[in-house]
Amino acid sequence: MGNPNKPKAQRGVMRWVDERFPATQLWQDHLSRYYAPRNFNFWYFFGSLALLMLVNQILTGIWLTMSFTPTAEGAFDSVEYIMRDVEWGWLIRYLHTTGASAFFVVIYLHMFRGLLYGSYKAPRELVWVFGMAIYLALMAEAFMGYLLPWGQMSYWGAQVITSLFSAIPAIGPGLAEWIRGDYLVTGITLNRFFALHVVALPIVILALVVLHIVALHEVGSNNPDGIEIKDKTDSNGKPLDGIPFHPYYTVKDLVGVAVFLFVFCVVVFYFPEGGGYFIEKPNFEPADPLQTPDHIAPVWYFTPFYAILRGVTFSVFGLEAKFLGVVCMGLAIGLLFVLPWLDRSPVRSMRYKGWISRVMLGLFVICFSVLGVLGVLPSTETRTTIAQLCTLGYFAYFLLMPFYTRLEKTRPVPERVTD
Amino acid sequence: MRKSLLVLCIVLLPVTGLAASGGDAHLRDMTPDLHDKASLQNGMKLFVNYCMGCHSLKHQRFSRAAEDLEMPRELVEDNLIFADAHAFNDQMSNALETAQGEAWFGAAPPDLTLTTRLHGVDWVYSYLLGFYRDPERPTGVNNTVFPLVAMPNVLEPLQGVQRQVCGDAEHEGDGSDCHLELVHEGSMSPDEFERAMFDLTNFLAYASEPSKLKAQALAPKVLIFLFVFAVVAYLLKREYWRDVH
Repeated sequence: MGNPNKPKAQRGVMRWVDERFPATQLWQDHLSRYYAPRNFNFWYFFGSLALLMLVNQILTGIWLTMSFTPTAEGAFDSVEYIMRDVEWGWLIRYLHTTGASAFFVVIYLHMFRGLLYGSYKAPRELVWVFGMAIYLALMAEAFMGYLLPWGQMSYWGAQVITSLFSAIPAIGPGLAEWIRGDYLVTGITLNRFFALHVVALPIVILALVVLHIVALHEVGSNNPDGIEIKDKTDSNGKPLDGIPFHPYYTVKDLVGVAVFLFVFCVVVFYFPEGGGYFIEKPNFEPADPLQTPDHIAPVWYFTPFYAILRGVTFSVFGLEAKFLGVVCMGLAIGLLFVLPWLDRSPVRSMRYKGWISRVMLGLFVICFSVLGVLGVLPSTETRTTIAQLCTLGYFAYFLLMPFYTRLEKTRPVPERVTD
Repeated sequence: MRKSLLVLCIVLLPVTGLAASGGDAHLRDMTPDLHDKASLQNGMKLFVNYCMGCHSLKHQRFSRAAEDLEMPRELVEDNLIFADAHAFNDQMSNALETAQGEAWFGAAPPDLTLTTRLHGVDWVYSYLLGFYRDPERPTGVNNTVFPLVAMPNVLEPLQGVQRQVCGDAEHEGDGSDCHLELVHEGSMSPDEFERAMFDLTNFLAYASEPSKLKAQALAPKVLIFLFVFAVVAYLLKREYWRDVH
């Protein structure tokens, strides 16, 4: 027998279920008696929206696989078949392609919220680390999914990214070949990326989302003031500044979902190509291994890291520039994982941190955005210099954090959450 | 809240700024009109008569075009389907094999189903209008937007012959201050020909994404529903949150 004190329904079907499975307990622990701070603002919509996009990607993805042909010979044509001959195929595909970009939009805003209010700080380090693992898995998922339509940019994007692995000294070339399953990106690569995209990575992402939410519900949600609502409770142990997630935040998130879906559907129905940023123009031409496009740009959500990679144009200690670029790109993502241990500030939220933290976060956002823009443009000398400066800014935000967060003067944190 | 929105704007600004930029200055503007059925029908007629000998639309079905362009089946079967091999429900493929195309033109004529999505409608429209006389080319013509193009100007009987004039003197090359002028008239006046090329480009824009018609028809319904849903959801939220504030 499990916990004898666990909440149970008194009668009916739910009682029968509860005696065999903790349905009521799970419902209460995660929704009806999960107390969330009452002062969530605009930035707190993006977690539930990310979940919505995950569900969108999985459902539309399942329906796409029903008509997609994962071979080099058939992939491109099968996408057009879906667009024309499959009932609602165009809508399913555009929901999936727009969904990929929208997923990254909400994920980036969700991560920014974490930076803004210190949601990564103790005791939420694992929430953040699991979240970063989701982000990493999502990047792999998106990258592999982008190869599947087998257009020119699909092909050459995959060719460029897989060749990055070959920059690693000694094991590089063998590793790149092992990933591709061939000397170049070929139908073999397409087959394995299909398997990873539709089976392996979705399982990993779903498992990580469960870990992310379980860890979050263990420690409780942070809030814009960055204070612990569990510190101030009433006689029943209920946080004074907490409200049950359901119904308060479920109905509030419903508003967020409606507004978000409105914008999302405007794109899906009227601008599915996203101005050439969600579906790149060269991808309307089938992959041709003999013809390199003039300008290879990854999809927008990868461009900040691509700009960092391209910005490294010099070799140091005999290490190749390309390899150093890959290292910098890896570090740029890796540093996000260790963020909880870089921030030494006594307070969580930007509301009570000092001016240096605010300036550095602003700098980080500007650098990340500028790098994103540079990553889609062909490189010139000036642009490379700007990219290098922005890369410095990006790294400065993280590497100087242990110093500026300790040195700066913070403001007093209120006892209770503010509205 | 206002501050948050400001930050959001700063984050998203570069993205929107980028999306607005781009595009070649020397291209002629063309905005497809998928509701102008007469234009689309004329475009399809031109495509079938002048382009389809070499270029296929291998993803576009005759039947789908008939439905979307509001043409009776008999009309399409009698006037637009020439090859016995083609049935009404077939895709608009052709008999030219890749190897033949390569042997005859140096490059196989590409399938044009997605050409307006690949190059953009402005490019296709400008390309169709951009042929000019160039005796150094094997086909006798060159093109302003696609230099050294392998395709002959099959529309010459309609358009006539153009030459490129650069500055004061005539140059048979590229130049930024060049324009085209008509040397021999074709069966159409320049205005008629531009209108015909608009129709042809319009048809190709349709064929590149027939679902656009469906999307545009469905979108208002979906958006109105979401708007009403958002209002109801907001009222529900306000009702629940009364006890919090």
